Amino acid sequence: MAPAVCGTLLGLALYASSLCAVSGAAFLYHDYCVIGAGPAGLQAAYFLQQAGRDYLVFERSHAPGSFFALYPRHRKLISINKQYTGKSNSEFNLRHDWNSLLSHDRRLLFRRYSRDFFPNADTMVRYLEDFASLLKLRVQYNTAIIHVTLEKNEQAWNGHFFLLTDQDRKNYKCSSLLVAAGMWVPNVVNFPGAEYVEGYETVSINPEDFAGQTVLILGRGNSAFETAENILGVTNFIHMVSRSRVRLSWATHYVGDLRAINNGLLDTYQLKSLDGLLEGDLEDLAIIKDKKGKLHITLQFYLENRNISMGVDSITLPQDELDNFATRAPYDRVIRCLGWKFDFSIYNRSLRMMPGKGNIKKYPQIKPSYESRGTRGLFVLGTASHSVDFRKSAGGFIHGFRYTTRAVHRLLENRHHGVPWPSTVYPITQLTNSIIKRVNEASGLYQMFSVLADIILLRENATAFEYLEEYPIGVLAELEMQTGRKARNGLFVIIMEYGRNFSGADKDVFYYNRAVGEAQHAWQSNFLHPVIYYYKHLPTEREMRVRPPDWPLPRPNAIHHIVEDFLTDWTAPNAHILPLRRFLENCLSTDLRNFFAESCFLFAFTHQKLPPSCQQGYVRMQGLVGSQELRHHAVQAGLLQDYTHTDFSGDRPPDSHDGSQEQLMRDHGIPVRPLQHLVNAKDEL
Amino acid sequence: MSAQKDRWVSSLVFLLFCASSIPKCGSASLQQEPNPQHYFSGLEAGKTSLAFFTPSVSPGAQPFWEQIESSAEALQDYGVSVVKVNCPKEDVSRYCGKENALRKAFLFRGNRLIREFLTDALFDVNSIVANVLFALLFNEVKYVETLADLENIENLLKGKSNMVFAYVPATGTAEHRAVMEAAFVYGTIHQFVLTTEAALLKTTSHDDPDVSSAWLSFCHCQWATEPAQPCRRTALAQPLTLLNIHRHLKLMGAPLVTEVAEDPEKISTVHLQLGLPLVFILSQKETYEADRRTAEFVAWQLLGKAGVALLSRDLVELNVLHRSNVALKTPDEGMPIQYLVLEDTDEVITLVEDKNKVKQIQEDEQEEEEEDEDEKENNNQDIQDDQVVEAVSRDKKRELPLEQILVLTEENFHSSLSEAAQTVVLFYASWEAVSLAVLRSYSEVAAHLKGAPGVLLSRVNCWDWPGLCSQENVTQFPTIRIYKEGQQSVTYGGMWETEELSSFILLSQVSCPLKLATMDEAEGYLRGEFPSELSSHHHTSLLGVFSSATSEAREAFEEAGNILSGHVRMGMYFEDDALALSRKYSVSPPALLLARSGGRSMEGIALSKQSVQDMVQTIRHELLDIFPEITVPNLPQYLQRGKPFLILFSAGDISQVESREMLKLAKGRPQQAFVACWLNLEKTPVGYGILRTYFSTTPPLPVLLWVNFHAGGQVFKFPSEQSITEMNILSWLERLQAGLEIPSTTTPCL
Repeated sequence: MAPAVCGTLLGLALYASSLCAVSGAAFLYHDYCVIGAGPAGLQAAYFLQQAGRDYLVFERSHAPGSFFALYPRHRKLISINKQYTGKSNSEFNLRHDWNSLLSHDRRLLFRRYSRDFFPNADTMVRYLEDFASLLKLRVQYNTAIIHVTLEKNEQAWNGHFFLLTDQDRKNYKCSSLLVAAGMWVPNVVNFPGAEYVEGYETVSINPEDFAGQTVLILGRGNSAFETAENILGVTNFIHMVSRSRVRLSWATHYVGDLRAINNGLLDTYQLKSLDGLLEGDLEDLAIIKDKKGKLHITLQFYLENRNISMGVDSITLPQDELDNFATRAPYDRVIRCLGWKFDFSIYNRSLRMMPGKGNIKKYPQIKPSYESRGTRGLFVLGTASHSVDFRKSAGGFIHGFRYTTRAVHRLLENRHHGVPWPSTVYPITQLTNSIIKRVNEASGLYQMFSVLADIILLRENATAFEYLEEYPIGVLAELEMQTGRKARNGLFVIIMEYGRNFSGADKDVFYYNRAVGEAQHAWQSNFLHPVIYYYKHLPTEREMRVRPPDWPLPRPNAIHHIVEDFLTDWTAPNAHILPLRRFLENCLSTDLRNFFAESCFLFAFTHQKLPPSCQQGYVRMQGLVGSQELRHHAVQAGLLQDYTHTDFSGDRPPDSHDGSQEQLMRDHGIPVRPLQHLVNAKDEL
Repeated sequence: MSAQKDRWVSSLVFLLFCASSIPKCGSASLQQEPNPQHYFSGLEAGKTSLAFFTPSVSPGAQPFWEQIESSAEALQDYGVSVVKVNCPKEDVSRYCGKENALRKAFLFRGNRLIREFLTDALFDVNSIVANVLFALLFNEVKYVETLADLENIENLLKGKSNMVFAYVPATGTAEHRAVMEAAFVYGTIHQFVLTTEAALLKTTSHDDPDVSSAWLSFCHCQWATEPAQPCRRTALAQPLTLLNIHRHLKLMGAPLVTEVAEDPEKISTVHLQLGLPLVFILSQKETYEADRRTAEFVAWQLLGKAGVALLSRDLVELNVLHRSNVALKTPDEGMPIQYLVLEDTDEVITLVEDKNKVKQIQEDEQEEEEEDEDEKENNNQDIQDDQVVEAVSRDKKRELPLEQILVLTEENFHSSLSEAAQTVVLFYASWEAVSLAVLRSYSEVAAHLKGAPGVLLSRVNCWDWPGLCSQENVTQFPTIRIYKEGQQSVTYGGMWETEELSSFILLSQVSCPLKLATMDEAEGYLRGEFPSELSSHHHTSLLGVFSSATSEAREAFEEAGNILSGHVRMGMYFEDDALALSRKYSVSPPALLLARSGGRSMEGIALSKQSVQDMVQTIRHELLDIFPEITVPNLPQYLQRGKPFLILFSAGDISQVESREMLKLAKGRPQQAFVACWLNLEKTPVGYGILRTYFSTTPPLPVLLWVNFHAGGQVFKFPSEQSITEMNILSWLERLQAGLEIPSTTTPCL
């Protein structure tokens, strides 16, 4: 009864939530509720706090990052923490710092917390505690949200409020719900004998406990290999079973696959040092414990025909029929390391939080904007939002979702507060520069390759442009609505991509000529490299939907690959910047070259329309006069005419100099001789 | 009896004719007849022939006969002979009559005339073949105009046979011919229906069809039993060619679902032979009925794209997962069969369609690749044509003298700013060419200002410190800012040039406008002696004189000073004795005093407009010379006035006479409609480039030109035989304005 009364009260006085608080069974109201004070929840809280929004984070534990307090069990994080990159560029350095969250506070860089390349998980917990406290984020600890439901309300931001209930039956009401609860429900398989299986969550991490034992591990992820790595030296042997083949992250270019730091068992398997890998469907398995307590692997198929009364010995084992059956040796322990899934249980049916289909069924269904498919105003952040780029990019990891969380925040700022997506307007002369700057330093583009993109919106007549950073390309068609910016005159989309057929579990990523060095082969680049898509019009929803499979974007009007670079440094004037400039010039039918003031001077007298760099620079009294030496070099290169030595005796017909400035205005110049043999050094070993 | 005799005769004649004509015309298929009688007597019953009657003296329409000859070859395949009948001159019979000869062609079966064609309709091989077959296959190919006609035919066919419905935009086209040729083969099996009505096409297809291209669909009327329901249709997705139609009809003729009971590796169906994939639905005895339905459903969806077979697992030993329910066999040689576990029929369909799509994309890409290869031949795309980038990269080995310039970082930026009275900061990016070009000038400035007290030159590489640059709101490279303790920073907005930048830095040392406290200071200021920091600076000084009553004008002046800071030397005097000062120079406050060249010439200007913008405008305008020498750095200031130039090009200094005359001209009219100026080719040699563009050779110097930058880009040359005097120029300008002069050249609108 009381809540109902309260609801009506709220209906009458929408924002007078304090009234309710007085009435006892109250709803505490906040514009934004965030579930979970892990990395994603805190990251979201940071942006909300910076924007001055009314928010509250709920955390079940007494401190942030409770997942990291327990996992990984062996305490070694596999996200890299690079101390030195040889660069001071803070944005660039985030490309190699996979643990820090985004903030303005330079104390909160992870390398100040740990010097280890693969840090200890306890450091992460300490870091998250500091992040929450130093930034004074509003987190309510010891509050487990056990139920979430909706309350219809015409005036609410999304047509409904979110009603949250915690373990003490306290209620909260929010306009927007950000779910950053992570993935913490362990995946289990049910087969006969599953009771003999130990879980990764509780298995001993003391290698001594495994001395002289024979171990079977179910699963083939990093947790399985991490467990194996820990006990590799003391066991008799370890076998690993899972349905799919092993996927090595250096072959798939997906950081969630098996990382080299954990793969010691692959060595011992391939060198026939007793350990081994097997493929098989776990659903078909059964485990039987014999009198000595040894565990035998059999198939459910055999169990179906057994005579229950006859006891354990009567059960047929595969080796009875097939005497070289692979897992015929009995095991002392079986350990399950099958990963985690999202906790769907706390959401009322009306929220329609549905699991994804196929290999993303552990994640809730969300749109590329990270909004739930079932409920408007509910956004999934952090590792649970990984369905958007599962097995592709880094959205399931701190170094990826710190950017997608910022993107969601920007979407919300535009949707609810009329704050359009941040952008900078530049004159067109800065087009090449702004792209080069971003592809060389931007970390969001780099980590969230093929998911987040920089967008360049052209202004009328291509005299200026607007630069938007790190927009989720899955919702490119909705750009105008989602960002509050207009895309009427065409746009460029800048993303990073691996080569189309380069990555895969079964691919050889070390083959000869895997890397290309020349600009004309840029489209064949295999390693991560920038790609620029040009659209005359914003792609429609339909075009996005029917785009070719595995393409991040629909077919553009023009596309340009910047050739991959061994140093990921795309600032070479001839190999990187020149082809990019030509592409942009072709798209916009304009001349984006720089000119010395002297050339502009000549053009001003001899042409009615000047190239943009003269028009926007020289004519506005910002011409580049250039030093003597530079002008001399330009003359030597044949790109600038030197008139000082001209004999002005008069009517001598000019010979080779005729129409020299026409030549300047067109694509001409003397051949540049690149160091071919160096450029062609393709093998990056 | 008589008929038989006729036949004998005709074949005899035919043989004779052949024997005589082969060596003559060399064409195996086009027959020639000496005269109409001969032709008609030779016609065989049941044989079809197309006859062209032509005057024996051929008018020599050679291309026309070439078309007919090649159509004869094509029609031979369909048992139709093409005959050229010569008309003797005197013959005026029905076929040889004047108006008929060559304007019509006649189609005979035996000696019965079936159709006569206007030769206009038989313009090429396609049209001849199409029209002849259209006439012959009168029953096999029904022509319809309305939907009702079409539906009637459809209803008649239901349950009996299938229909091929084709739309061609016009008869006589290649597509029309393809349909007709297909009908010749399949006409007895399927009913062909043809239309040229775009409206009919629109009403019968779901989405908006392209009426300019031909279209064909196969209507499965044999299976349709419901009278109310239209027959299912399967459109031909490829262009209408005989081969594609044949392929399509072949696919439609194949059984919907093939039941197989052997190893799928060994199975080959018409689909695989035609390059399409084959989908196996794996079935079991228990689920046979359901699987059969699934297979049929899938087969309908994939009709024309893939074949569907129902494979009974009970009969074949398959070495695959028990859960697999679908297999896919591709026509590619050596590709293993894929066994899959699919949830629903949509997955099967997308599987096949995606395969086709990928293939399409790959093909497209291959095409593009080939294009790229072609382009490479004449490709100079990789040659650097940016003069600044190229110059900088050629200069990159030279070490710049940057010792004088402090490197700032995120750590020391703020502390360094407080160390000097004035800190100049160059924000740049170390990879960017213009930045590096400016850095070179900047190092020259540093050398220039070496030892200047209170000025600190520094730089921030935004490639190293992006956070600092965005915090300082630097969005473009390069940017130069001057930071003064406790004041807002000033951004440099002038030419990237040593001299102007040095002057800017010097001028920025003193506040703008500088408040002068005594008459002595004011006088010293006008002479260029005060303040001492600027004594080395020889530019026009500008002094605002205000009485205490004119505070509004004074505030505007101060505001204008902020805007012009660093570019103009500005002082202001508003002490009680301001009136004395203004009286001395005979102005009344508020007024501006301009002291050019160290106070030797003094000018007074009354300040009438008092908005900041107007004041900035006035000051800028007043600072411009009346008869300036145009140089590379100063041109933009004069261009901004938006007026034509009367410009004297001179090799070296201009003579005093010319100077005097031009100055008179310039001063003569206070509101000039043009900018009178001159260019010293020795100082600004690029002027030669201008002259060459205009005249292709350098004309005798000096040369006076009228350059209309803003309207039409016309250039006029003052007649070289006249001397440069005010009078001569004025009368030339009048003629010019009256349109009596011819422009020497017009600048291109690039």
